[in-house]
Amino acid sequence: MPLNIEIAGQDAFIVYFGEETSPTVSATIQIAVENIRAQMSEIIIDLVPSYSSLLVIYDLNKSDPFEVRAGLRQALSNLDADESGSGELVTLPVYYSEESGPDLGIIAERGNISIDEVIEIHQQQEYRVYAIGFAPGFAYLGEVDERIAAPRLSTPRQKVPRGAVAIADRQTAVYPAQSPGGWNLIGLCPTRMFNPEQQPSMPVQAGDRIRFKAIDRDEFLRLGGEL
Amino acid sequence: MSGFVVKQPGLLTLIQDRGRFGAHNLGLTTGGPLDTLAFDWANRLLGNDENASCLEVSFGGLSLEAEVDTTIVITGAKGTCKIDGNEISQWQTYSIKKGELLEMGFATEGVRAYLAVAGGLDIAPSFGSSSTVVREKIGGIHGDKLQAGDELPCQPNAPSQHLRLAEEDQPNYGKQATLRVVKGYQQAAFDHVQHWRFFNSEYQVTERSDRMGFRLEGEVIHSSMVGMLSEGICHGAIQIPADGQPIVLMNDRQTIGGYPKIGSVISRDTARLAQLVPGSSVRFESISLEQAHNLHWLEKSRFLRTQPVKTAK
Repeated sequence: MPLNIEIAGQDAFIVYFGEETSPTVSATIQIAVENIRAQMSEIIIDLVPSYSSLLVIYDLNKSDPFEVRAGLRQALSNLDADESGSGELVTLPVYYSEESGPDLGIIAERGNISIDEVIEIHQQQEYRVYAIGFAPGFAYLGEVDERIAAPRLSTPRQKVPRGAVAIADRQTAVYPAQSPGGWNLIGLCPTRMFNPEQQPSMPVQAGDRIRFKAIDRDEFLRLGGEL
Repeated sequence: MSGFVVKQPGLLTLIQDRGRFGAHNLGLTTGGPLDTLAFDWANRLLGNDENASCLEVSFGGLSLEAEVDTTIVITGAKGTCKIDGNEISQWQTYSIKKGELLEMGFATEGVRAYLAVAGGLDIAPSFGSSSTVVREKIGGIHGDKLQAGDELPCQPNAPSQHLRLAEEDQPNYGKQATLRVVKGYQQAAFDHVQHWRFFNSEYQVTERSDRMGFRLEGEVIHSSMVGMLSEGICHGAIQIPADGQPIVLMNDRQTIGGYPKIGSVISRDTARLAQLVPGSSVRFESISLEQAHNLHWLEKSRFLRTQPVKTAK
């Protein structure tokens, strides 16, 4: 895989792993994160993995660009990965229904399939956590089956509830907190995606794999979900 | 309680330490003081730990009542400051007694003032930092800007001496700045003409500037990119969205985003940008990464060599 280390700023480099995203790229980035953490922890402040890149922020006071570049070349020299090689597999329960997922109908209509099929297809595959950002705990998961892909709403909602399971294009996500949002809502997940009071504060991290599993209304409420 | 009680919170007063580092993997941004130089001087004049929690007072309008005998200092943006009705100087430490009122008027030059107390404010860290990021509801007392009635705990202190920073060592906050830029990210997606235009034009600071980013207005810059995957954004990154108007991303930026970037402003200059009011003008100057590091060490050495003077007060 061709690697490209570019300057990002006075204390940051960005590594590009090609221009496309895929489970293999994601797994490779995850290995890069592990290598850099293991070999350069003294001088690294933050690592921000994303779809096909990794932002590396280092400590200006403890290092210099020459050392960091050389360290990165070393850490990135051996990144053999297969698709499933790294990352935890996390299962998230979802209460799919028109009550909890008001846009299920729209997606079904778009794909010319039934609502039950939308729910079935969303659960059929493993998703990769490609990136975390936008808001604390917001994990971008990809990629959903083309049959249930749907563009963002033309008018975003003022209020998307915490736990909302949503689709935008071929990405899916669980809203970690109530916020405005333009993604299509298909259900609610009772698992908190970000809880500052808890350690760890997130159930997933970039590079992990996620599966969704349907639960009914009672189970959702029993697990602490709110309607 | 020993500390201060907020009588008037001002327009935007935030508890800040040097920032939240190592939490980008959770989607948490850095936060921290926009003007690190003024922040660092505030703590240094009081002999505080360099990461001690202070107040970042944007635009002024803060008033606090002391419930403790201690020492304070105010640095950064200029404005009228008073203890118990008597005007005090900035960049100089003062004793304040229990029951006395500390008042800060509206900023008349610059935007961000820093109020530090001896020993720092005693604020429990959240993800390793007390820095308040309102958008994330993280840090500070309740993840929000100060409200009337908030209590700011700190320890009593009786200073052995008072210090001030000599006038010639204090920064000036005008209405223009040159922002030095390390080119990077998608710089190759901007052709020669765009680079020339960007580094040879004047941009105005708009009203739509805040702790997330400073939106500028001026010559339109175009990139050849039609869409890109979201990627990590570092401090100072200059994002050029489709309208061609640059946004300099600051301390409370989102950690990932999908707009092309031409490079990043060095932190010493984002500190100067943060002190500019809307309507101020900025220019960009391209420097090498090596120059950026040289500047960092020069500024650091200058900070350490500059000695505050003792005062009778």
